[in-house]
Amino acid sequence: MDVKTIITAVLLFTGCFFIVVAAIGVVRFPDFFARMHPAGKGDTLGQALILLSLMVYEGFTLITVKLFIIMVFILVANPTGSHFIAKGAYVAGVKPTKAHEEVDISSSEVAVSSTSKKHCGVDSAS
Amino acid sequence: MSFILTFLLMFAFWMLLSGQTQPILLLLGVISSLLVAYWSHDLFIGKADIGQGIVRFLRLIRYIPWLLWQIVLANLHLVYLTLHPKMPIEPTMMTFKTNFNTDMGVFILATSITLTPGTVTVEATRDEFVVHSISKTTAESLVSGEMQARVKEIEGHRV
Repeated sequence: MDVKTIITAVLLFTGCFFIVVAAIGVVRFPDFFARMHPAGKGDTLGQALILLSLMVYEGFTLITVKLFIIMVFILVANPTGSHFIAKGAYVAGVKPTKAHEEVDISSSEVAVSSTSKKHCGVDSAS
Repeated sequence: MSFILTFLLMFAFWMLLSGQTQPILLLLGVISSLLVAYWSHDLFIGKADIGQGIVRFLRLIRYIPWLLWQIVLANLHLVYLTLHPKMPIEPTMMTFKTNFNTDMGVFILATSITLTPGTVTVEATRDEFVVHSISKTTAESLVSGEMQARVKEIEGHRV
């Protein structure tokens, strides 16, 4: 057991942990848009760590460069993909369970529209 | 100019992927790179200002470490939310106004928002973003606008 193997194991384990947690999150979170969060983020860091561990294991060779290219592609493609799934749901009219807020970035005021409070009814009763 | 640059990039990429140095294979690589460059140089670079593109690329490289750190924070936050027995989440949709000059800026900001703690981009255009956020605090950190300022710096605004 040299240092390289240990670093590889730690990174691999951490990456798998994040992916497992993301999977649990997809099951546990209440509505569609909330589920986009673990699906979009957990996988991104998880795959990055797993590929990083393989890069450490491989040392500095051409395969490392290829793994790095794969990592960069997934880092770009994963958020783009989850954005388009979310956009598709938004355009199709999927309603989030909670209020829709209008945020004005210039004045930093957060104004919750009163009509959308109705969506909270089920959650606040429990 | 764009043809030569595309050819060089394609050939470098071909070399990376193949790793072969036999003359016949190199010749095949040159031929395929030339074909790809001929067909797609006007899409890949086109009339873009190459000098400005390089400056933006260097600024983007300076932005990446901060983004990676934000990704780690996002995942720790996500692990906390997922494994907490009561799931202290408070999902909200919100819209805010932006003003970007380039599609590249919109793309970088949208991707960054998706990757950073508690927020996912739903709709992104040059003047308006719709963002789904999973708790109040993360929404407020987005409203403070640090990320927007950083992305505009890449684009080359005077902030």
